Amino acid sequence: MDSGVSVVTLPRETAVLAGSPMSYWRTVAWRLARDPATVVAGTLLVLIVLSAVLAPWIAPHDPNAGSIRLRLAPVGAPPHVLGTDEQGRDMLSRLLWGGRMTLIAGLTPVVVAFLLGTALGVVAGYAGGLTNMLVMRTMDIFYAFPAVLLAIAISGSLGPGLFNTLISLSIVFVPRVVRVAESATVQVKGLEYVAAARASGAGVTQILRHHLLANILGPILVFSSTQVSLSIILAAGLSFLGLGVTPPAAEWGLMLNTLRQSIYVNAVVPALPGLAIFLTSMAFNLLSDGLRDAMELRG
Amino acid sequence: MTPAPSRTPLLEVRGLRKHFPLRGGLLQRTYAWVRAVDDVSFDVYPAETLGIVGESGCGKSTLARLVLRLVEPDAGTIRFGGEDVRGATRARMKQLRRDMQLVFQDPYASLNPRLTIEDAVAFSLLVHGTPRGAARQRARAMLGRVGLDPRLYGRRYPHELSGGQRQRVNIARALVLDPKLLVLDEPVSALDKSVQAQVLNLLQELKAERALTYVFISHDLNVIEYVSGRVVVMYLGQVVESGTADALADAPKHPYTQALFAAAPTMDPDRRIERPPLAGDPPNAIDPPSGCRFRTRCAFAMPHCAGAPPRLSSVGADHDVACYLYEAHAAVEAVTR
Amino acid sequence: MWQYVGRRLLLAIPTLLGASIIVFAMVHLAPGDPIAAVMPADASGADIEATKKAYGFDKPLPVQYVVWLGKVVQGDLGRSIATRRAVILDVRDALINSLVLAVSSSVLAFGVGIALGLLAAFRQGKALDKLASGIAVIGVSVPHYWAGIILIIVFSVQLNWLPAMGAASDGGVIEYLRHMVLPTVALALIPLGVITRVVRSAALDILAQEFVLALRAKGLFDRRVFLHVVKNAAPQIFTVLGLQFGFQLGGSVLVEAVFSWPGTGYLLNLAIFQRDIPVLQGVILVLAAFFVLLNLLVDVLQTLVDPRIARH
Repeated sequence: MDSGVSVVTLPRETAVLAGSPMSYWRTVAWRLARDPATVVAGTLLVLIVLSAVLAPWIAPHDPNAGSIRLRLAPVGAPPHVLGTDEQGRDMLSRLLWGGRMTLIAGLTPVVVAFLLGTALGVVAGYAGGLTNMLVMRTMDIFYAFPAVLLAIAISGSLGPGLFNTLISLSIVFVPRVVRVAESATVQVKGLEYVAAARASGAGVTQILRHHLLANILGPILVFSSTQVSLSIILAAGLSFLGLGVTPPAAEWGLMLNTLRQSIYVNAVVPALPGLAIFLTSMAFNLLSDGLRDAMELRG
Repeated sequence: MTPAPSRTPLLEVRGLRKHFPLRGGLLQRTYAWVRAVDDVSFDVYPAETLGIVGESGCGKSTLARLVLRLVEPDAGTIRFGGEDVRGATRARMKQLRRDMQLVFQDPYASLNPRLTIEDAVAFSLLVHGTPRGAARQRARAMLGRVGLDPRLYGRRYPHELSGGQRQRVNIARALVLDPKLLVLDEPVSALDKSVQAQVLNLLQELKAERALTYVFISHDLNVIEYVSGRVVVMYLGQVVESGTADALADAPKHPYTQALFAAAPTMDPDRRIERPPLAGDPPNAIDPPSGCRFRTRCAFAMPHCAGAPPRLSSVGADHDVACYLYEAHAAVEAVTR
Repeated sequence: MWQYVGRRLLLAIPTLLGASIIVFAMVHLAPGDPIAAVMPADASGADIEATKKAYGFDKPLPVQYVVWLGKVVQGDLGRSIATRRAVILDVRDALINSLVLAVSSSVLAFGVGIALGLLAAFRQGKALDKLASGIAVIGVSVPHYWAGIILIIVFSVQLNWLPAMGAASDGGVIEYLRHMVLPTVALALIPLGVITRVVRSAALDILAQEFVLALRAKGLFDRRVFLHVVKNAAPQIFTVLGLQFGFQLGGSVLVEAVFSWPGTGYLLNLAIFQRDIPVLQGVILVLAAFFVLLNLLVDVLQTLVDPRIARH
């Protein structure tokens, strides 16, 4: 379900344009703004997120109100721009509302993994020795399961629900971030500027804050961003299996599941929620590709 | 060029030792030890430059880190201004670090790519509680002193600087704390020859100006001869010879020192010594040869060189060597046995 | 090198044990009484007693784990709540079907992915490269369960060319193969994208080497350059192939659910709905063990191909 290549190398030395000195992050932003794929993906993503956030105000109909008589109306049939689902509910409104759920369910685990994984990875990498061994061997155990299987296994035993989805997906992504954070920490820890900071009398907190985190957060952020698309696909996938968000709430994966039976009646409407998942996931992928190139990381 | 040193050493190193374990096999057991630094002793007197010379891999860099307690020694004592460094508490160690600073070899890895050079230099001061504004002010002044105009370079990032400029930043970072002792670990070996000279001259100026004491580590005998008053020659983690730079250059005693001088290109025909240059690579510090560690490459190796290791003994004023060629007593004993 | 292989084998043991702990813990993660989780609602008193004894629910958790693990090692994964059949039998049948799908989709993805990746690298910046890179991005971004539904809509519902559901295990070889086509394609999309990307970037790295550049500058787009690229990119590509094959086994759950393909994923899905925890545990444990062993095999094979790896 992913490349399995979780090694991110640290930034290479690069000569940036001579002239006015530019901070690293400004250089990255400058490069991002000049990459057409990133700009298109970014714009698409802003639209998706905005429409999800603003769903209560911009959705033309009540997402949960439907009429069996109007079920599976084709796309373009007024007043339902994108048709209706198998219970006659307005598809556009449900897609807008569903985006909220899918984005929450897909993004939260990656944010949790970024925070928790970075913390664990830095501690393991910086402390070394027994601490490192304990943390990393524990993480290895979770690597014994392919991502999809682990998510389904945990959700399957915990039972359905948004909160359980968040827990099971966090468990999938934390170990991945820990691995990246640990290897970046070990790499930076061995560099001479960290030794120089120690030689100047800096304590662990000062070194972590000014020297270590500043240099590893970028690579960890990029790695985490590459996981968002997978997380969204998995979150919707859990709902698709009936393990995530529960009816009657609108969620893209769940909508895809319930509409699946209707493909013989209407071939276009059932495909829409999946299209939404696909576009969102692709936008995140393009964005993280752009970010990785702009930060000159190889992953 | 040797300033008449006062006889109270600023830094006294006695019997310093560091062995690194090598792990491997099924259970990651230690199967061998790298004897990086093995029973090294020397003194550094105020206002002098002590050169430490040896081939790469002889433990010079480890020695630098041991002296500054960046790596914890296995054994030995380090006294700085009479104070036991290894016994210092955490708080006292932090204060001591202001007085003993290190300049690193690699001008690329030794600067944090995310800090402007001004912030990199100011960081040391911030660590010791100087307010941000004042720290930045002093950092800028220090950058100016090492030849980097703070208005031009202060806000730049390391990748925008050349190797020589970065090494100047490293020097500024070390000196901004006003240390008494500066340990320089191959400070110019990564630089071009022309830039080397500039940085060496800067170091000499700063030393005179600030009454600094240097421990200057290098594999380059020419550099060592140029900067040092006294020189310590290291081979595979041990001191084989020590003496004034002049004495060593004029009359090197240890076959290894002789070979080093023979191998070093020199402009001075009087100093050419007819000795075979060093053959082969040094044996590695994992399981070094028994007895005298140099014996496997030595033209004068005798059977008893493989026995007990030779001890440093005096062969002149302030000139010691660890070699059986000069240990008449020991040699006779070995022959008559 | 053999030492490395041995070390790698030893390291797999704690990983497997850890995985078994997670699987064991699933019974207790499940809401409600653990006995209810492993027993049908209408189980007889004797059955409940037998299960209690098998799981040792009266004993402390560590003891329960050891008892359970002892049975697992002997191939006893318990009985299905729904069918009362031994779980190991259900899992075995399902695993064969899943393996068939994993192999067919891997062959498809590896073949097309390697070809696309190499084409893209040799035509860097050209339209063909853009097309291949586009296909790769789509491959890694597409929710494969949705792709499966789209395939059904197009090829089964609209065109009526291929069957949409099941495996038709009793309908002869041709029927079986016809049922395999759509799930194979759906399952191949993600590895296809991943492999195209990896092959392209590995090949580009090698094409950027100076002497290859020199050869190509002389206009020598010949077999030598091509063979050089393939030979040097092979170890990296091989690793990814191994990993991807593993993901194919575990990742097929959603696709199997879409196509009702009677593999491990379908069994798992069924078990979840019937809250058949023994089956759930059995499937996951077997798949995890398979995955760990497969990773081990990839590592070892890689060491044999390129002994330098062992030194890391």
